[in-house]
Amino acid sequence: MWTFFHKLGSPRWFYQISGKWLPWLSVIAVALISTGIVWGLLFAPADFKQGNSFRIIYIHVPSSAIAMAGYIMMAVAGGISLIWRMKLAEIAMKCCAPIGAAMTFVALLTGAIWGKPTWGTWWVWDARITSMLILFFLYLGVMALYEAFENTESASKACAVLSLVGCVNIPIIYWSVEWWYSLHQPATIKFTEESSMHVDMLYPLFLSIAGFYCFFATVLLLFTRSEILERESNTQWVKSLVMDESR
Amino acid sequence: MYFESIEALIAMGGHGPYVWSAYSITLVVLVGLVVAPLRRRRQFLVNLRMRLRREHNASPSFSLKNGDQHASGS
Repeated sequence: MWTFFHKLGSPRWFYQISGKWLPWLSVIAVALISTGIVWGLLFAPADFKQGNSFRIIYIHVPSSAIAMAGYIMMAVAGGISLIWRMKLAEIAMKCCAPIGAAMTFVALLTGAIWGKPTWGTWWVWDARITSMLILFFLYLGVMALYEAFENTESASKACAVLSLVGCVNIPIIYWSVEWWYSLHQPATIKFTEESSMHVDMLYPLFLSIAGFYCFFATVLLLFTRSEILERESNTQWVKSLVMDESR
Repeated sequence: MYFESIEALIAMGGHGPYVWSAYSITLVVLVGLVVAPLRRRRQFLVNLRMRLRREHNASPSFSLKNGDQHASGS
């Protein structure tokens, strides 16, 4: 296992091996997301109270899950880069930010669109929604903070600290619907008991969530690989890529 | 299919505008997330090739050998 971590210290090794994973990962992501969404949009029964607007769940819940998981990943990568000075962890942390920001944006937007027919309002300063908005600002903050530094080493140290400090927001988002009486409904997917949603609606949701996780991994690899090329542009292996591609 | 017709699918019992706008904006964002890094990588490789060509033309005796490494950590 230590060999694996040692190899991770080499951006070149990672670039090569991620190039092999990428086709598989992207196909799986597309397959899972399309199956989940087509099933949920076209085949799942309508909700007794909400009618067909509930179908937004198949993009709202996965994007929210990824928004949170992506932030944790960014913070973990930041922590690793701080402790072990691992270049790849630094790059991964930097790349998580725009992807996570986009996912949080999707979560907030689809939530607002779903809220209008369901609650009669586009927005409410509910605990969960407000803390998701803060998550969005945290992502943007990490992106802005990175650009604010001339030196990439200082930039990533600062961003790692910001990511780690912001982690306190994640349990707040997750448990906000239980700690405070809120407009946003409590969790339907439960881990210790049976979920409160019918399987005909729940299974496509699982597929969609799994698909979004694979999608996040795919896109993170795409961003990371691009970043690696740019940082390693003076090395022989990167230069030889260009000579290969010109054939 | 749960819906009786394509028209019913689009209408979504009155919730059509909400559902379809949510899905289409999401699709745009997801496609953007894939396209952006790919375009950036392609642009980088084009720029690198131009740069290498310029360097090669500037000093014809210069050639890239396999042992040449200029940055650390790989």
